Formats: sequence, C-alpha cells, structure tokens
Amino acid sequence: MTAGRPLPHDSAALHVSGAARYVDDIPLPANALHLAFGLSPEAHGRLRGLDLDAVRQAAGVIAVFTAEDLRFANDVSPSVHDEPLLAEAEVFYHGQPIFLVAATSHRAARKAAKLAKIDVDPLPAIVTIDQALSADSRFEDGPVIWQNGDVDNALARAAQVIEGSVELGGQEHFYLEGQASAALPQDDGDMVVHSSTQHPTEIQHKVAEALGLPMHAVRVETRRMGGGFGGKESQGNALAVACAVAAQATGRPCKMRYDRDDDMVITGKRHDFRIGYRIGVDGTGRLLAADFTHLVRCGWAQDLSLPVADRAMLHADNAYHIPVMRIESHRLKTNTASATAFRGFGGPQGMFGIERALDHVAHVLRMDPVDLRRRNFYSGPGAPRQHTHYGMEVEDFDLRPMVSALLQRSDYATRRASVDQWNRENAVLKKGLALSPVKFGISFTLTHLNQAGALVHVYQDGSVAMNHGGTEMGQGLNQKVAQVAARIFGIGPDRVRITATDTAKVPNTSATAASSGSDLNGMAVKAACETIKSRLVQHLCKKFSVSDKEIRFEDGKVKVCDQVFSFADVVQAAYLARISLSATGYYRTPKLSWDRVKGRGRPFFYFAYGVAATEAVVDTLTGESRILRADILHDAGASLNPALDIGQVEGGYVQGAGWLTMEELLWDDDGRLLTHAPATYKIPTARDAPEVFNVALWDGENREETIYRSKAVGEPPFMLGISAFLALSDAVSACGPGYADLDAPATAERILAAINRVRA
Amino acid sequence: MIKSRLSCLPENNNPAPLLRRIEAAHFGTDRVRRRDFLMDISFRLNGELVSLTDVDPTRSVLDFLREDKGLTGTKEGCNEGDCGACSALVGDAGGVRAQNTCLMMLGHLDGRALVTVEGLAAPDGTPHPVQQALVDHHGSQCGFCTPGFAVTLAAGHLSSDHDIKTLLGGNLCRCTGYAPILRAAEAAATETSPPHLKDALEAPRPDASKEAGPACPGAVDALATLYADHPEATLIGGATEVALDVNKALKDLPFPIFLGQVREFDKIEITEDKITFGAGASIETLRRIMAGHHPGFAEMLTRFGSAQVRAAGTIGGNVANGSPIAETPPPLIALGAELHLRHRDARRNLPLEQYYVAYGQQDRRDGEFIEAVSIPRQKDRLRSYKIARRFDQDICTVLGAFNIHVNVGKVLSARIAFGGMAGVVKRAEAVERALIGRPWTRETVAAALDAFETDFAPISDLRAGADYRREVARNLLLRYWHEDQGTPVAVMGVTP
Repeated sequence: MTAGRPLPHDSAALHVSGAARYVDDIPLPANALHLAFGLSPEAHGRLRGLDLDAVRQAAGVIAVFTAEDLRFANDVSPSVHDEPLLAEAEVFYHGQPIFLVAATSHRAARKAAKLAKIDVDPLPAIVTIDQALSADSRFEDGPVIWQNGDVDNALARAAQVIEGSVELGGQEHFYLEGQASAALPQDDGDMVVHSSTQHPTEIQHKVAEALGLPMHAVRVETRRMGGGFGGKESQGNALAVACAVAAQATGRPCKMRYDRDDDMVITGKRHDFRIGYRIGVDGTGRLLAADFTHLVRCGWAQDLSLPVADRAMLHADNAYHIPVMRIESHRLKTNTASATAFRGFGGPQGMFGIERALDHVAHVLRMDPVDLRRRNFYSGPGAPRQHTHYGMEVEDFDLRPMVSALLQRSDYATRRASVDQWNRENAVLKKGLALSPVKFGISFTLTHLNQAGALVHVYQDGSVAMNHGGTEMGQGLNQKVAQVAARIFGIGPDRVRITATDTAKVPNTSATAASSGSDLNGMAVKAACETIKSRLVQHLCKKFSVSDKEIRFEDGKVKVCDQVFSFADVVQAAYLARISLSATGYYRTPKLSWDRVKGRGRPFFYFAYGVAATEAVVDTLTGESRILRADILHDAGASLNPALDIGQVEGGYVQGAGWLTMEELLWDDDGRLLTHAPATYKIPTARDAPEVFNVALWDGENREETIYRSKAVGEPPFMLGISAFLALSDAVSACGPGYADLDAPATAERILAAINRVRA
Repeated sequence: MIKSRLSCLPENNNPAPLLRRIEAAHFGTDRVRRRDFLMDISFRLNGELVSLTDVDPTRSVLDFLREDKGLTGTKEGCNEGDCGACSALVGDAGGVRAQNTCLMMLGHLDGRALVTVEGLAAPDGTPHPVQQALVDHHGSQCGFCTPGFAVTLAAGHLSSDHDIKTLLGGNLCRCTGYAPILRAAEAAATETSPPHLKDALEAPRPDASKEAGPACPGAVDALATLYADHPEATLIGGATEVALDVNKALKDLPFPIFLGQVREFDKIEITEDKITFGAGASIETLRRIMAGHHPGFAEMLTRFGSAQVRAAGTIGGNVANGSPIAETPPPLIALGAELHLRHRDARRNLPLEQYYVAYGQQDRRDGEFIEAVSIPRQKDRLRSYKIARRFDQDICTVLGAFNIHVNVGKVLSARIAFGGMAGVVKRAEAVERALIGRPWTRETVAAALDAFETDFAPISDLRAGADYRREVARNLLLRYWHEDQGTPVAVMGVTP
C-alpha cells in the first residue's frame, strides 16, 4: 500500500543537488528589475518630508514609487485593511516600508534605497506590553474574556491558590529562504506572480486589488518555499504586491527578495506574551479552577493577531480538565513589526501558560510534576467524557496510555533517581528532568477556511498529474498527497507528478496553515481521484459485464475478474471510449461549529497528541545549559508517511526548544529591533539538538474520518519543546529551596538569575 | 597612535548597532577610481578553468555564482556567513575546506579551485555519498539549507572528519532538528569519496605567488611598500568581517589589498622558546597547532565562528581590529603573546595587551600592519572560557582566559585576560595581584573575587546585562579553580 510508506520527500534528490528551484532561482528575462524598500527610521512619527532625488539619480535606478504613485489599493493586510504597502502620512514601526525602488540589480536597488532623506517628526512610540497597557493601546474595544463557571468563587474555596506571572518571548521564523517574489507582465494586462508564500490565493487577491484587476487576471504560482513556519502566511503580500505594481508601471518583470536583516526587521514574528495565572487546587493536587490573563503584544497592525490570541485561549487547558476557568486576553497594539502566524499560532503560548503554572504548583505542593499532570488529565476512553473550557467534548483523549508508554520507554523513574543522585554529588553542574504533554486542536478556528480543492488529470499513458491548493514548504505535503493518489489508482508514486500550486488550477484556496495541509488537500485529491477511478470502473463494468466488486487497482495493474491489464492500458481504452480523465475534488471538514465571540462550541475536528521527556544540565556558575536527551512519543494517527512525520516531530521539538531556551528577540527603547541577523539571533545548531534523541510515533489511528485516519502533524510537535524548558526549571530547582520562576527564553542570564533566586 | 580606520568588530562579528555606526561613518565616502583596482583572475570552477579579466575583486563569490554563472544551487540565506547555505568547497595548497561564498570575494579565488553543490555529483550523475545519504535518511525538508549541508559534509568526508557537530556548527537548518542530517553523515562516513572531486579541487596554481597587480601582493616587502604608500587601503585577509561592509553596509571598498598570496603570511615557526604565526595563519591552523600545546585554547577555538569561518579568518585579522569581543586576544594575552608590527622597513615588537589602547583605538600607525604573532613556550596551564548565547558560531558575551601557574601549593604567576568586559580586551591585573604569591586554595580564590570590581566595569548590551557579566567573570575564576580540582564544570562534558 503506497500511503503509509516512509518514502523520501519528492524533491529530496533536487534538494541535495541544488537543483530544486526557489523563487530567486527562476531565470528571468534580461530586462528584469530588482526591487528594494526604503524603510522608516523611526518607530512612530509623522512623515514630514521625503526627498528621493538622490535615490532616483543613483546608478541603475529605473523607477521609484511612493504611496502617491499607487493607482489602486495601497493595502497588504490579510485582515482589516490596516497595512499600507507604502506608508502614507504616518509611520508605525521602525522598518516600515515607505518607498519602493526598482533598479537593474538587487545591489543597485538596495544601495539606492539608502540614499533617501526621510524626514519623520517622531511621536511617542509604544514598544512594551506595559507601555501599551498604560496607554490602553489595543485592538478591539477591550479584552476578550471567556468564562466557564465562577472562577473567583472556586478559587475562594480551593485549599490552595498558586499565583504567578511569566514573560514569554516571541520568535523569529528564520526560514532559510527569505521572503521573495517575482511578477511577470502578460498580454492584455494580466500578471503572473511567483511567490514564496503559504497562501497563493491571498497573494492573488492582494495583487488584483493593487492592480485594479479582477482576480482572474492574476495567476500566482508557488512551487516550493525554503521554509515557512507561518512566516509566509501573510508576510509575502508586500513583496508580491510591490513586484506587481512595479511590473505594471514599467512593463518589465520585477523581482524582490529581502536581505536577511531587512527580512527580520520588516516582517512579523511570533507574539510575545505575559501570562498571569491563579490556580486553585485541592489537597490532593486536583485542579479546581484557573484564571489566566494573556497580555499579547501584537505590533502595529492587526494581521492575524485576533485568531492567534484566540488559539492561545483555546489551549490554556492543554491536556487538563479544569472545571472552572476564566481567561482574559488583551490584544495590545504596539509600534513594532506586526506579530504574525508562527507554527502553533498562539497554541504554544496558551499551552506554555498552563505547563509553567503546573511547574509552579508542583513545586509549592512538593508533588512529583508527572503525578500532578496525570492526576489532572482529561478522562480517557471508557470514562465519562469531559468538556474543555470552551465546551467541546474531549472524545479521543489518548494521552494516558501514551504517557505510560513514554515513561517506560524513556526509563523515566530510574533516570529521575540518577538525576537526583547526580545533583547530590555535583557542586557545579545540576541536571533536570521533565515531561510535558501536548493536546492540540486541529482545524482553522475561522470555520470557512476548512475547505480545499484539487485537480487531477490522468493522461493517456497512465501518468497522473496532481494539483491541489496546498503549498510545499518542506513538510512533504506533496509527497503525502501523491501517495494518496497513488494508493487510489494502485500505481507507484513515481507515476504521479506533483505540480506547482497554481491559482489558475485550483481557485479560492486556504493558506497552508493550521497543520491542515494533508488533512484538507489529501481529502480533496482523494475525491478527485475517486471520481476518475469510478468512471474507469463504470467503463470496465460495462465493457466486461462485471460488477464493480470484481475490479481491483493494485501494483500498477487493474484486475478485472481473472484478467489483468496495466493501468496505462485501461486508461488508454477509457480515452478511446471517450471517458473524461480529469476531475476536480473538493472537501470540507465536518462537525465544526464555533462561536468565537462567546468562546463556545466545537472549533476542532479532533485533537493531536504527543508527549516528551527531556533531560538537561545547567552550569550553576554561568547559567549555560544543554539538552542531553529527549524521548518523544507522538500521535500522527495512521501516518501517511512515518518518515516525514518523524521529521516534523524532530524538527518541531528543536524549534520549540529553541524558542524557549536560546532564541531571544530584543528591541531598544525606541522600538528598533536589535537582533535582526543570525549574528545576534541564535537558532539551534546541530550541537543544540538533544545528544540522545528518541522519537517514535504512537501506534493508533484517528477516531475521525480523516485521510486514511491520519492526523495532522505540522504544528503539534513544536510544543513538545516545552519539556526542555521545564527540565531547565527542574535543574535550577536542585540549587535551592525556592521556586525557579523562570521566564522564557531561559537564556544563561535568566538561568543564573533564577539560581540566585532559589538560593536566596 | 591613530583611531582605527577599520571597524571595531572582530572577524565575522557584526553586532548590528555597531555595523550601523560604521555605515553612518562611511556614508557618502567617495569611491576612489575603482577601475584602478580591477583584477584578472583565474581559477577552477567545478573542474573547468575560468579566467576573468578586469573584474572588481571585491565582488562576492556568491553573487558571481548565482548571477553570472547561473549556479543557483548555492543559496543566500543570510549574506553574512552565519547560516552556511552558500558553502562551497575551496581547494588550494592549504588543502580542501568548505567556506561561505558570501564572505569570499572574487579576489580570493585567484589561483584556487572552487566546487559548488552542482559539482559534487560524479560526471555520470551519480550523487556524492553524502547526497545519497541525505536522501536516504530524510535529511532535507524545505531543502534550502541542504546544498550547504551537502557541501560541508562533503568537505568533512574528504578529510575524514568525524566530529560532525563541530563540522556543521556553521550550517543552520530550521526544519529537521538536525537528527536526520547527523544520521546521514554517519551513514556516508564509510563510503569512499568520488575521485572526480579531488581533481576538481586541484588548484590551478598551487604554489603560485603571482603579483596580480596592486590588489594582490605576493611578498611581504611588496605589501609593506604598498600599504605605507596607501594607508587608506583596505587589507583583506579572510574577509570574514570586511565582507559585511560590502554585503550589509553596501560599501565599495577603496583600494582593496588581498593578503592571501603574501607568502610569508602563512609561515608558522616553532622554536624552543616560542611559536610564531604569520598574520595570515587561519584560525583553523591556530586551532590545530594549539591542540598540541594548549588544548584549552584549541577547545575554545572549536567555538570560534564555524568551520567555514575558521578556515577563512586569520589570526592577524582577529587581533588587528581591536574588537573588545575578539576571541583570540584573551588567551593570547594570557599566554604573553607578542605582536610583530611592520611599517615599510621598520619593525617593532609589542606585547599584545599594549596594542589595545582604548575602544576603537590601537597602537598602530597609518600604513603599519601585523606581520606575525608569537607565543612564548611554556607549561600548559591555560584555560579559555567562552560564554555566548550559543555553543557554535556565536560571538562571546564574556571570554575569560586564565593562565595560573602554581608551585608547591602557591600561585607563582597569574595572567588573566577578558574579552567582553571593557572597551578593549584587558588583563585582570588586580585579580592577578590578589592571587600571586598566595596559596592556591578556595579561600584565596574567594578573596580575589572582589578584585574584579577594580579591574572591570562592564556594560549592558544585547548579549547580556552588566550584572551578568560581572557575576560570570568572577565565577569563571571559580570554574578554573574547580576544574583544577577535577570537578566537572562543562555542560558539554556531560554524557547523557
């Protein structure tokens, strides 16, 4: 069976040979222009004057555009039209694009962009969460509050209430391929756009608006991205629109790619949070009530911040049944780059809140943190079902057996004892060990996005070309979906050609986001393939006077009773019999109903689960730390491709651990990002991955009818990295009686400060 | 004594605010007749000889490959030598290694051989063993970093380097978590390297030292005259820093002088009383030689930049520019290293710590340059402790080097130097005084800690706060003491 096999990524051979083409690798006609933005030097201010004479006169410059030169919509926002391509009267963050240069080379454009005289009358900049709170600078009228029961009452009756607050930093995506786009003018005013985007339809929509064209005049193609992680869900709009506008104005192909520093300054990152918590427990450690406050730094424009903050609220319970819950979410508007989607989309921040709070609770109650967590898990199969704080029944809670299995596989109890022994015997280096679970809701919370389309062609020679609305950013979506198509037709995946995502082939697509890629597009491709297959079957039934039960497609052959034909022969015969060999497929996720204002309903089709145990060591003299070992068990349902799924788990864990341990974004008081290059913003290297790294998939299948009962796997493993943070907290706790009270990321500086705190 | 004309950054270190400052300082600088500095360059590219006439020698090799040659397999990930996506194999008399092509200029290529990812597979299309292993072990996801990994792994494969994590310290991957890449490296290790690579990496002029015009002197005497006549010139060694002026500050370098063909610069001389490194010795060469004399220095140098940066960067470049966070000066000062400076025919020697006068100010005249650095031979008591945000490919927050000699329980001598604690790399003289002559005990160490307050008043910056720096500096002396007692002190030394 093709689906379920651990086949390599479809582009692996191209990747390793350098032959895989990304946007900047596409050869363009010799007259192509290269674009660069001129950026705001201030975080907030009124644009008083803009002297671009030197820019216009610089070598190689062909055209310069300001907001006034834009003929149609000056907007690249994915949500509420609050994000101009080029600033108008006011600038709202340091690095905001103000003007656009088109020149004969990338370097010429960048050099010219630096020659502008930009006169900005500075206004007070709101940079921090505290500044935003005191200025009441926010999106929406006030905080969003969800309540399930009377939290004050429940806390008053609790045996103990543990309170705290934790700072949680943002995260730069650091996709290895920076943002890039190219636009090629066509005849009759049409535009073709190549974009490194997770959302070709959004690019098409924004480009059409900016060019004053209907959407059908704009075709967007995305073959692959060099990493996305959410950072190419909306952040590519500006480049694509800039290219299209400049291409329309000059009649020449235009390409734009950000230099890495510009990319990090201009584009949004993961939202940083401050999370306040009050947790009520009974004498046995059972959670009675929880009250969370999420202070969310959203940046200057709304972008996707509201659904991100919603998803944080939706994951404030993680895997625990908390009978009474209140969450207050403040979506704060600041003069910084607009925070955006990033793997987990708020889920990691919400989940971190409860996990960090439980770390605190276990410390106060002197309870084993694993026991505390297991005591509060949702009920598993067989027990009466429980509901989340937003009213969704948890029907598929697999974590109880998964945690038991991981404790055993990772030899957790023995290692707990040896960690404790190490800590008794070693004065300078202290070890920590921790376990954390993940329960992640799968579906877009904006319900209408949960739909997908596909287009499948079978050619006369039996080769298959497949297209769908999903985009490839490294996750192996195309490979998985090709395996689905191959399974249906009973052919080898080499007979299925993967083609670039193209808005002219499949329209009105959703972003490849929310881990939904293979769930949605796999089903849509399956539907298209089944349509064609049923036509072939009908034709064979008629031709051989058999019933459809007597026809099987397998091993590249079609078996009709005792006769065996090649798939290609059957296709050829169908063609001659004038059978249509092309079909579209469509899918929409069932069972969803969600009221985001009330915070009630079933926003998710199902949950994906995982559990990780991490061992780490800290140096009590310097605060330096290292992850020694991680053991993971992750639930991908009946995996469509175990090799690709394990890749998502390994990569997700390291990215999540990086977020919470070493990756730190810093701004100065004037709102300038200081960490805008890999020289200063450090993502994990090979040595930072766990020295011992055991990853396995849970052997189970999705209870819901997903594509071959698999589960989405893009985002959930990211949150397994929380266990690395908790292991560091555990190691710090070995230094003294106090609570570590560690903020994230747990840099050496924060760890050393925490060690001093627990000793005090 | 002059204000350093060059930036105050160490090799490959580009803290952004500093960079912006440099950029502002040079803003509007007129270009001096760039056509005077065009070069004729010949080299081997993926096996084929390439000759270029009248090229700007400061053009980035990465841009040349992608824009001029259409070799788009080599990727631009950061354009500052921090991600490794642009790695290519370089071959010359010094051997074969991976380097970041974004930090290489065309001037560096003259007389050398370059193999890009497109040249790894055999002429018949058979993938290189590391390429095949990356496919078999699912080592690529988005694939953008993959060519760089393939190249770096191929370099390690050629030299049978099995310390894969150190080898890959300069290659960032955001997708895989590295696990499958490490599995691939392990699997490929037993395969033989394809023969075509060796040929393709043969330098066209392995022993060449041609005078390729003013930009490329072949002997130190020629350099001395040239630089004294043109003190406004930019000396280009490994370019791990100066390339950032070109790539990020978008400057045109006035009067570039490439040092790579100055034959005396590669010399290393080991005598009974000292080890002398020509200024052009790479950091990797320094690391290799120090391993036999001061393993603690070599160990710290495995954390200097990355394999690519260590192959390109030079000891002269790292020492010369006077950055307070340059990483070779603290251990060199702790060892009592001396600089050998030259201006035209005048030579002088200077203890390294005296070269650093103040932030951005060194004891170096216009047109004067470092010819060599020498280290007195001695019993090894040196430990160098680098504190950074990340183990590999990072700039130090604090770097403490300790060279404390003990005789029958008493501290005989102590030389301690720190980077990241002041405007220059500086000795902790008060701490040294508090140790010398006293018993080598925990009490002596504890009593000496407060002397750090006399020696240093560190600042806060984006790497850490002043309080952290102050506390860590003290604690590093404690670490030295603990380590001397045999207590485990390094998180990297712990086995899971």
